[in-house]
Amino acid sequence: MISELLQYKFIVNSLIAGILASVSCGIIGTYIVTRRMVFLSGGITHASFGGIGIGYYLGFNPVISAAIFGILSALGIEYVSKRSDIREDSAIGILWSFGMAIGIMFVFLTPGYAPNLMSYLFGSILTVSLIDIWLMFALSILLIVVFSLFYRLILFIAYDQEFARTHQIAVSFFNYLLISLVALTIVLNIKVVGIILVISLLTIPQSVANLFTKNFKNIMLASIVIALIGAFMGLLISYKINIPSGASIIFSLVMIFFIAKALLAIKRKILLKKQNI
Amino acid sequence: MSKIVELKSVFAGYNNDVVLKDVSLEIYDDDFIGIIGPNGGGKTTLLNVILGLIKPFKGSIEFYNNEKGVNNKIGYLPQTNKIDKKFPITVKDVVLSGLLYGNVLFGRYSKGQKQKATETLQRIGICDLKDITIGELSGGQMQKVLLARAIVSSPRLLILDEPNTFVDNQFEGELYEILRQLNNEMAVVMVSHDVGTISSYVKTIACVNRNLHYHRSNIISEEQLASYNCPIKLITHGEVPHTVLKKHNH
Repeated sequence: MISELLQYKFIVNSLIAGILASVSCGIIGTYIVTRRMVFLSGGITHASFGGIGIGYYLGFNPVISAAIFGILSALGIEYVSKRSDIREDSAIGILWSFGMAIGIMFVFLTPGYAPNLMSYLFGSILTVSLIDIWLMFALSILLIVVFSLFYRLILFIAYDQEFARTHQIAVSFFNYLLISLVALTIVLNIKVVGIILVISLLTIPQSVANLFTKNFKNIMLASIVIALIGAFMGLLISYKINIPSGASIIFSLVMIFFIAKALLAIKRKILLKKQNI
Repeated sequence: MSKIVELKSVFAGYNNDVVLKDVSLEIYDDDFIGIIGPNGGGKTTLLNVILGLIKPFKGSIEFYNNEKGVNNKIGYLPQTNKIDKKFPITVKDVVLSGLLYGNVLFGRYSKGQKQKATETLQRIGICDLKDITIGELSGGQMQKVLLARAIVSSPRLLILDEPNTFVDNQFEGELYEILRQLNNEMAVVMVSHDVGTISSYVKTIACVNRNLHYHRSNIISEEQLASYNCPIKLITHGEVPHTVLKKHNH
């Protein structure tokens, strides 16, 4: 069946997109999860819908406008969170819904029907374009470069930024840089699983990996592999029973999570039995 | 005895709120200062000014070089409740991070740096915890790891923010013993809410309540007590090892 599938160009494209999504989400997701920025990332994801709407209205590639909109929202939240006159999570809530509102307004103002709007909400890995793939490839390379160059600093700042500040490290610069990379990763992966589901690629693989390892680097590497398994499983299910791939990928990832949990529970039982407890 | 830091009539705080008013303080390399004061009196603000985490509204802070040249390194032990205990990082990596200064690029820690980290862990007596993730540490162990991170770069000044919270008495005794030894190599400034205990360990006591009352002695003066707004609680039972503080007149 595999060779039969590989005859289709769009299947090959979607497999490549799956690999690239796993790499970028594996790396950035580990940063998001360990810094407890999941809600913030959800905010950026939904805010970027505003960019998609504007892109539709002005008639250019929505990915570009979503990227700009997403990065600006991310920088805005990072800036606001340092001021104390508004709570960070409230600021995220406001931006979250504001972005969605802007998106809906512009989509409705656009003359005619927006044909593939659904693909941004729920993702459609089967229709990724060559441009999408090249953008995702560039993002993966960028992330690998940044995280190899600054690994020690990123880990240091993520763990204790106040202490890093006392060591003359440009903490604010790195916070802004990384939040921009978070936004970019989210926007470029929207095509794969959609706005509503992208947060799962950034959290489920990491949570599974974290069950087995407590080392930052290993969580990153394991997340990439786990996301990859989930993506391929999801694609297969999607093809077999003809359902949207975004949903089947998330479903597969959650199944992997439960299987991992079950395996650990069994292992624990066996270990306890050995000690006669 | 050489001067490390000098604060000259510093006003500092957050947003529009001036917490510290006209604070001047000199720290010398053999100092062991205990900072006490009521909550909200500005103890942490004072530390933040010295650490460079906040800029004073007015006044100056100056670092002095020693004969070996510039070494403005400050070792810092934050309050442990500020640290995310679930963060996936090992004890060894936490201590090594104390050696990173400025914006270093890629690369690994050198053999010398790893050696330094191991020595520091040995000195504090937690070398066996080296490869453990911080989530598995007890409160006291966590403090020791953070202390190791603070001193691994051999700073001239060590600053501790309430190191005696969340730890038991045995650990507190051990901690003060380690600090007393460290004081031979570096100045120590420690914030504490526990007036009674620290006064028997530190060389001098400073009281921060918006202003700073500091007399280069470890006797808590009545003026300091008055600014504390609260008599020290003393509960004893049976024979208690104790320190009696001398009466002190101005």
